Amino acid sequence: MKIAVTSTGKTIESVIDPRFGRAPFIVIVDDDCNLIEAIDNSKNVNAFRGAGIQAAKTIADRKVDLLLTGRCGPNAFTTLQAAGIKVGAEQSGTVREAVERVKRNEVPLADKPNAEAHW
Amino acid sequence: MIVAVASGKGGTGKTTVATSLVSVLGDRAQILDCDVEEPNCHILLKPTILTTDTVNLPVPSVDLEKCSLCGKCGEVCQFSAIVPIGKTVIAFPELCHGCGACSMLCPEEAIHEVPRNLGVVETGMAGPVEFVQGRIRIGEAMSPPLIRAVKTHIRGDKLAILDAPPGASCPVITTVKGSDFVIMVTEPTPFGLNDLGIAVEAIKGLGIPMGIVINRSDIGDSSVKDFCDNRDLPLLMEIPHHRKIAEGYAQGKPLIESMPEYSDKFRKLIDDVSMIFGKPSKGSSL
Repeated sequence: MKIAVTSTGKTIESVIDPRFGRAPFIVIVDDDCNLIEAIDNSKNVNAFRGAGIQAAKTIADRKVDLLLTGRCGPNAFTTLQAAGIKVGAEQSGTVREAVERVKRNEVPLADKPNAEAHW
Repeated sequence: MIVAVASGKGGTGKTTVATSLVSVLGDRAQILDCDVEEPNCHILLKPTILTTDTVNLPVPSVDLEKCSLCGKCGEVCQFSAIVPIGKTVIAFPELCHGCGACSMLCPEEAIHEVPRNLGVVETGMAGPVEFVQGRIRIGEAMSPPLIRAVKTHIRGDKLAILDAPPGASCPVITTVKGSDFVIMVTEPTPFGLNDLGIAVEAIKGLGIPMGIVINRSDIGDSSVKDFCDNRDLPLLMEIPHHRKIAEGYAQGKPLIESMPEYSDKFRKLIDDVSMIFGKPSKGSSL
């Protein structure tokens, strides 16, 4: 399973950025939290609108199965659903801590967005 | 001649200046309220509205039966308004700018355009003055296409006065683009100066000559005048802070009604603008 985590940095010890579309990095790891890729998301950070949709496309292109983030808006959520990517929201701490919570089955899967659309 | 009235900062007196200009010009002028998110020239001019036209933006609708998931629509869209993902294509109409590229490029002809309502354009008469305004639909965020629809009513045989929205972003640029002159209305305060500076920088990029009107000119400090001197921007007019102007405004009266002596000052303002426009403009060499 591939897991994408929105992050303030490029490593598994980086702190999670709660914003999905506008996180500076998206860290992709495997089940055992081995780093596969740290995507530089900086071009999306200042996007006028549509940042969440682009970020969803970015991780869909990499065949991610699960996204761990803080908040996910309606457009991003719709896009993620269409790509078949599951969402674990309300995540905090480091990338590693969040992935460990998944292993312990402590991350509920979101069935709806938990943020307003960005204007 | 097309003259836009802009400001940077809100609440400086754009509408006061724009409505005063058309009031002294009468049937030689038309006013177009391009501040479609909160048009307010109508409060002072009290026009009779004669026509109301709905303005729509064409946005994509995808027929998934025909779609081959080639992805061309998503590649061309700069606004993430159409997104091929997984085994489907999702359209986000509220992000669409209506360029039509996705439907044009779709090899399967699976995309057709459906209208998204942006608001209305209303036309009428305020006494002898031709009146046009746009009103955006509540909840809509994209105003430039509606502003362009307002501007289609500009006629060449009259002096068109455009009341611009505040700020320095797309709606302002959409309004002033194509104008012959921009009157910048400001107040002589650090706030007025800050926002004026941003708007001047933006409009400078369009190469349109500008001049400054200072409203409530006897308050604040001299920083706006210093700015005009440094930038070689003509100071066209000063309107002092006056209780009678404020009282008239509070009652919804145009300035030249509460202060008839200002009629000549606004006539002179138009003459000065025509002069600057007529000769090689100082403003465009900024």
